[in-house]
Amino acid sequence: MKDFNPNSTFIYIVAGIVILFVLAQSIFFLIKSIRRAKQINMNMKTVAKTIGSTTIFTLAPAFSILLGVVTLSGFLGLPLPWIRLSVIGAITYELPAATSTANALGISLSEMISDPKVYTAIAWVMTLGILPSIILTPILIKKVQNGIVKIQAKDSKWGDIFMTSLFMGMISAFSGMVFSHVTEGIKGFLPVCVLGISAIVMATCGLLVKKAKITWLENYAMPFSMLISMAFAVLIAPLFGV
Amino acid sequence: MSEIKSYEEYSKGIHKNGQFWIWSAACFILFVPISICLYYNAWPSAGAVLKGLLGVAPIYWTVGVIEIITFTPMLGTGGTYLSFVTGNVTALKVPAALNAMESAGVKSGSEEGEIISTIAIATASIVTTVVIAIGIFAFAALQPVLSSPVLKPAFDNILPALFGGLGVVYISKNWKVAIAPVTFMIILFIAVPSLASSVGILVPVGILISLGVARIMYKKNLL
Repeated sequence: MKDFNPNSTFIYIVAGIVILFVLAQSIFFLIKSIRRAKQINMNMKTVAKTIGSTTIFTLAPAFSILLGVVTLSGFLGLPLPWIRLSVIGAITYELPAATSTANALGISLSEMISDPKVYTAIAWVMTLGILPSIILTPILIKKVQNGIVKIQAKDSKWGDIFMTSLFMGMISAFSGMVFSHVTEGIKGFLPVCVLGISAIVMATCGLLVKKAKITWLENYAMPFSMLISMAFAVLIAPLFGV
Repeated sequence: MSEIKSYEEYSKGIHKNGQFWIWSAACFILFVPISICLYYNAWPSAGAVLKGLLGVAPIYWTVGVIEIITFTPMLGTGGTYLSFVTGNVTALKVPAALNAMESAGVKSGSEEGEIISTIAIATASIVTTVVIAIGIFAFAALQPVLSSPVLKPAFDNILPALFGGLGVVYISKNWKVAIAPVTFMIILFIAVPSLASSVGILVPVGILISLGVARIMYKKNLL
């Protein structure tokens, strides 16, 4: 058996191949969509603004995902968390998957894994845990879309309300979750305040766009509200005992 | 000059491309543990993998199915194929797509919506992949910054920062539909805080409530 190291060149090469694949897929769909936008005479300024604002919007979550890589790297090394958090994964999936396997094997995750069989067991659990998401997507996508098309064809106004209700269901669940710590005392209100500040900044941007006609702000309102409310969290955290 | 394809033809093409990429992705994902097991000749026992899976699979697989059913209509065809390969669907791809469609003034389900959503998701995927790759290679320099206790409250509060802004846009425009599910979810999470770890399962609950309320109001001409 070869000497095992979670940070070995071999695992880095595997990671590099997978990351290049993901990049290629993203670039493929980006180019395809831009070409189509040109074909149907969409406003290319809107397309450019979408790319610009999404880039800024993504920076904070991307650093948060990188933080997940840091967390997992303590016992898995860097390349496997790099793969897992770049393809399908999310730290909310990967950490429990690693912990569950470690518990099943009776080992601790407080230090770097040196047993290759433990490492591969964790890699398999992470892979098989998320595999249905990728296998079921191509199987279910057309069925789901056909259902939506039928609803919209039957009654277009209800179809629009149906779509809005889908968004509201998701937004309500995640907004409600922010309140899950309020019974823990004052520190539990920090997420609620961050939610409130983000909402206020967004509403202010909306007013500036509509009333003061600062139209460029429209595309950057979301990244601004995110970054300002996160900066606010850093500044006021001590007041909440965090 | 080639003739411009109809939306239906374009959509068929995207499905074909999407199927190719997503099945290839499934192979690439399986290639990771297989190649490591082969290279180190270190196959784990089936029992260890099964025990590990037992702790996470029931919830992951359920949430996986729920996510596909609930997010596919929001993400569009290209966006769905891309999101379910690149991951971080709820915390990044869906908000990125919704925000981009809202800013561009296009409707989800329309051709313009499909294009803007896919562009936003592809951009978000590329930026995330590049940021993580830079982070990996500059790990030593970045680790103290990322792990800094000063910045911890910012990273701990990404979701409130995201859904505050997104929520105000959608709730203000659809407040009649929003009141019931938002109130229900706030009360539910305050009453049972442990549900925060299974928020994915509560998304369809929120959808059922908002759909139910919207249907009643629609029938009574209140929307």
